[in-house]
Amino acid sequence: MNILISHIAVPVLTTLALMFASTQKQVRTIAAGGMTIQLIQSLVLLYLFLQERAGGNDAAVLFTQSFAWYPSLGISFDIGVDGIAVAMILLTSIVIFTGIFASWEVDKLYKEFFVSLIVLATGVYGFFVSLDLFVLFLFFELAVIPMYLLIGIWGSGPKEYAAMKLTLMLMGGSALLVVGILGVYYTSDIEGARTFNILVLGQHHIPIEMQRIFFPMLFIGFGVIGALFPFHTWSPDGHSSAPTAVSMLHAGVLMKLGGYGCLKIAIFLLPEAAQEMSWIFIVLTGISVIYGALATVVQTDLKYINAYSSVSHCGLVLFAILMLNKTAYTGAVLQMISHGLMTALFFALIGMLYSRTKTRIITEMGGLMKVLPFLSVCYVIGGLASLGLPGLSGFVAEMTIFVGAFEHKDLFHRVTTIIAVSSIVVTAVYILRVVGLLLMGPVRNESYHNFPKAKWFEKIATVSLIAGILVIGLTPLWLSDMIRESLGIIVDKLVLK
Amino acid sequence: MVEQVPLNHVLIVTTLMFFIGVYGFLTRKNLITMLISVEIMLNAVNLNFVFFDNYLFPGKLEGHFFSLFIIAIAAAEAAVAIAIFINLYRNIRSIDVEQVDKMKY
Amino acid sequence: MEFHYTIWIVILPFLAFLINGLGSGKLPGKISGWVATIAIGISTFLSYQTAFQYFTTSSREKIIAFKTVWLRFNDTLQIDMGILLDPISVMMLVVITTVSLMVFIYSQGYMKNEGGYDRYFAFLSLFSFSMLGLVVATNLFQMYMFWELVGVSSYLLIGFYYDKPSAVAASKKAFIVTRFADLGFLIGILMVSFYTGTFDFEILTNPEGLNFSTVASFMGLSTITWALLLIFIGGAGKSAMFPLHIWLPDAMEGPTPVSALIHAATMVVAGVFLVARLFPLYSVFAPTALEVVAFIGAFTTLFAAIIACTQYDIKRVLAFSTMSQIGYMMLALGVSGYGGEEGLGYTASLFHLFTHAFFKALLFLGAGAIIHAVHSNDIREMGGLRKHQPITHILFLIACLAIAGIPPFSGFFSKDEIIAATFVNHPIYFGIAVLVAGLTAFYMFRLYFIVFWGKEKTYDHTPHEAPTIMLLPMIVLAIGSVLAGFIPFGHYISSDGQSLTLHINWSVAITSVVIAVIGIATAWKFYKTESDLSAKVVKAFGTMYTSASNKFYIDEIYMLITKGIIFRWVAQPLAWFDRNVIDAFMNLLAAITNWISSQIKEFQSGQVQKYAFIFISGVLIIVLSFIYANQ
Repeated sequence: MNILISHIAVPVLTTLALMFASTQKQVRTIAAGGMTIQLIQSLVLLYLFLQERAGGNDAAVLFTQSFAWYPSLGISFDIGVDGIAVAMILLTSIVIFTGIFASWEVDKLYKEFFVSLIVLATGVYGFFVSLDLFVLFLFFELAVIPMYLLIGIWGSGPKEYAAMKLTLMLMGGSALLVVGILGVYYTSDIEGARTFNILVLGQHHIPIEMQRIFFPMLFIGFGVIGALFPFHTWSPDGHSSAPTAVSMLHAGVLMKLGGYGCLKIAIFLLPEAAQEMSWIFIVLTGISVIYGALATVVQTDLKYINAYSSVSHCGLVLFAILMLNKTAYTGAVLQMISHGLMTALFFALIGMLYSRTKTRIITEMGGLMKVLPFLSVCYVIGGLASLGLPGLSGFVAEMTIFVGAFEHKDLFHRVTTIIAVSSIVVTAVYILRVVGLLLMGPVRNESYHNFPKAKWFEKIATVSLIAGILVIGLTPLWLSDMIRESLGIIVDKLVLK
Repeated sequence: MVEQVPLNHVLIVTTLMFFIGVYGFLTRKNLITMLISVEIMLNAVNLNFVFFDNYLFPGKLEGHFFSLFIIAIAAAEAAVAIAIFINLYRNIRSIDVEQVDKMKY
Repeated sequence: MEFHYTIWIVILPFLAFLINGLGSGKLPGKISGWVATIAIGISTFLSYQTAFQYFTTSSREKIIAFKTVWLRFNDTLQIDMGILLDPISVMMLVVITTVSLMVFIYSQGYMKNEGGYDRYFAFLSLFSFSMLGLVVATNLFQMYMFWELVGVSSYLLIGFYYDKPSAVAASKKAFIVTRFADLGFLIGILMVSFYTGTFDFEILTNPEGLNFSTVASFMGLSTITWALLLIFIGGAGKSAMFPLHIWLPDAMEGPTPVSALIHAATMVVAGVFLVARLFPLYSVFAPTALEVVAFIGAFTTLFAAIIACTQYDIKRVLAFSTMSQIGYMMLALGVSGYGGEEGLGYTASLFHLFTHAFFKALLFLGAGAIIHAVHSNDIREMGGLRKHQPITHILFLIACLAIAGIPPFSGFFSKDEIIAATFVNHPIYFGIAVLVAGLTAFYMFRLYFIVFWGKEKTYDHTPHEAPTIMLLPMIVLAIGSVLAGFIPFGHYISSDGQSLTLHINWSVAITSVVIAVIGIATAWKFYKTESDLSAKVVKAFGTMYTSASNKFYIDEIYMLITKGIIFRWVAQPLAWFDRNVIDAFMNLLAAITNWISSQIKEFQSGQVQKYAFIFISGVLIIVLSFIYANQ
């Protein structure tokens, strides 16, 4: 069987198996087992992919397969992956794997919870393997909808409000996407049989007047889920109300769908308009980066801190994508992966700390390093990755972005780049503020000494995420090369003008 | 050969009947009278069927059959409607249409 | 010529870090200290071996001992990880490993009864690893990476006592200030690499191979000058140059051996090393930037020396003295030319870096021994310690004489060369350098007399001499402080790789020694015995003294800018704006939708007749409009 199909099949089968489970123990064993298989096969996919590439197979996408679905409209279930998709699939597998362990102690409607969670992940996998815009959009929606239930039912705080807001804003983005996708479908100069296949569409030309209309639609449509300023406000509310695993998955993976879509659909299919209009979005994303970082500095709720810093980091992803060159694109993908891992780590840790302290307000906590050394050290490592310490993944991604952004000579790009670069100082400020208030200092409350130490499933979750961060941080070459060579077709279209 | 009734006359009659039915349906508050109004409308339509059949396809009987169907169905419909009214009456002790507004926003 | 083994110099401390870090809390007894010490011991041995081999056999060219691609950005730019051996990196290897080894040994005694022993040695090993990686970097970006790692290990070590709020604040401050400076460094790197297409030092330090004639200019200076100025900001941040110095005095919150290693001997001179590393670039293409270096150096050296005279915390006095001495080194680099006798300042600067590492580390370790005995940092609570700590007393005195520049101690030789370098063309800098030499002698001996002479204070328990394991490294460093000056330094290190014979300029030397002696004599007069002389002088200076003892209120200005302006007037309004404008706008959209639907919901009244009426009206309208449209 095609390994990509099994990437969709395993989660589906897992959800089916979950239907028959009854006790909490069974449910989480099945979920963990399924996602472990998924993680393993993602690693196998990576290995196979690298083998193929090493063997000289330089097709744009590998492991392709095509099933006709609605031939008269040109819709077919086309799958295939390039280096970017492989990397994103691996990221998804790590995050969902750790997400299962981070929600080990969910006891309310646990079966439904894990089913929704895995359905969501299925949508994400489908999104990354699809080559057909229609199917891709279908999976995109499949990933967004369970979010409503997950936040609305298992969330905390004003969860109905947050769920509604998040879903509605993402739906707004989807509405733009539908129009954009149909626009691309109808205006590309294909004679006869129309198609939704991205690669085929990419070989055809779309008139510039049409590109000008559809590029903003596609870019903003994907940008909403990528937390593009000013459409980012679902992020703080959504993340703070969502249960731990959902925050992890949402910030870690779903927000990356935005960046991925902007890069591989909006810019790939509509390059001329992207070149013309990039400046508008560069301004917006530049604002995202610095504005998100500054807004983080004064937050007191841990989840808000992480949500706003995600706005800043994901802003950097879109910023890099708009720099329209290979180096910056590589940086953007690296940043997606790196941010995915570390934000998942943060949300997992926040969940674990919250389950002990029963508060997320940092000014009400303190001295956790003394009582919870393992989790605290993990938090510090995540923080250091976030502020771009060499040897951890954030550094690799940020530096690649900055070098790429610096390839532009003109003053506009220079100034915006320097503004974006300066966010690293602000990042340091808010990370150290949190670490100082939360972990350091005297133990705030005597009852803290009774906290249970980190449990085994918590250790699995955090350690696997940290391992990912370290692997990328210490040996980035293979990953960055794998991403770079997949960017050829996107960059070539830009050069052609 | 009996001279045919001019079409205009027939149309005037059926239109009048139909709009009398509409007027009744819109203004009467009693559900039974509303049902009667509906029947008047149906009969106006029946008449139209019969006459148009005669004018357009003399010798064919489709229009007549159609009217018979409508009459049969109208009978069934009246039975159902009155059954609903009776249940309604049992529940709210009234068959005033303005009181039946449960299905609003 | 094989130098492959040099990689172990860097890797061994990293292994020690891994062992101690992962095994933290599980390792038996005090084994972590020995793991770290043995690792750095082997590194030290290898460094000496390298130095010996390098200086005896090669002709001072750059040798790449090891190199591998770490990350590729595009077709031209890539980050390598590697080891570059040249005179200054070999010299730095020797300095770092020596001081590290001494501090590691010393720490085994000093930290014996502290919690977090494993963690301490893990961090210390991490620091040594990063610092060694920094000096052997083959390219700017590798240097930047280790630069950041050094910053983080410094952060971790300053905040070692993490349950002490002041330590947490200090570590945060140190990291953020240097991070801010690193921003300049990073942008500078990006600019330089943009124009040269490389990060490699081999290309960057070869002025013949570079051409910046096409480079644009900005505000009257060529962009390359701007780039080098930005890089210097990075160096200034790490080396605590004015106005980025504010973190260094606070950094003294860390354990004292850490201050000795990081905040006196090694990390803080990274800025000097950076400028020295890129010296050909500065000197040939951006003399303006070099003038700025000289100015900042001169200003800082005077500024810090003045403050040092007014402080009462023993470690802060030493911290300001460190700043002042680094200012000296920067000044020397700034006034130096490239090649031949012109390059005297360059050699002098690195010479001073070399000697300073020994005596400043010794001073800090001595201070550590004192604090260990007295349990206080305040020199007003010390006095007459020479009776209780005779060996520490002698060692401290040696270090004081060395830093004051009294022959034949090492500080004399290096400082003399710096003053000589300023003597030729820069009369103002010369004046400042001589003045600071006097001030240095004064504040060091002020410290010395108050602590070791003065009136004996009442102590909780009688101060005791430090244990052997702490004294031994101090003795080694003291030997270094005495002898380091006799090394024919110019023979090994010079701006252009040619041997440079250093000779003492007697008119300069006599002036500086006389000034130093005056400084010492004043300190003797003021502080050897209790007298009210110093109080009178303080009174005479009035406000000037107050502002100096408050460090010229620079900290307060920073607090005003960061907390008062950026925090309160930028970040908080932004957060408010996000919640109450942007988010409110989104909520407004939802509210409008809600309002519209509540307005039109009246149509859904539940009245069958209303629906029918609307329906029929609609049909009529459509029918009528068709009829009229077809006419």
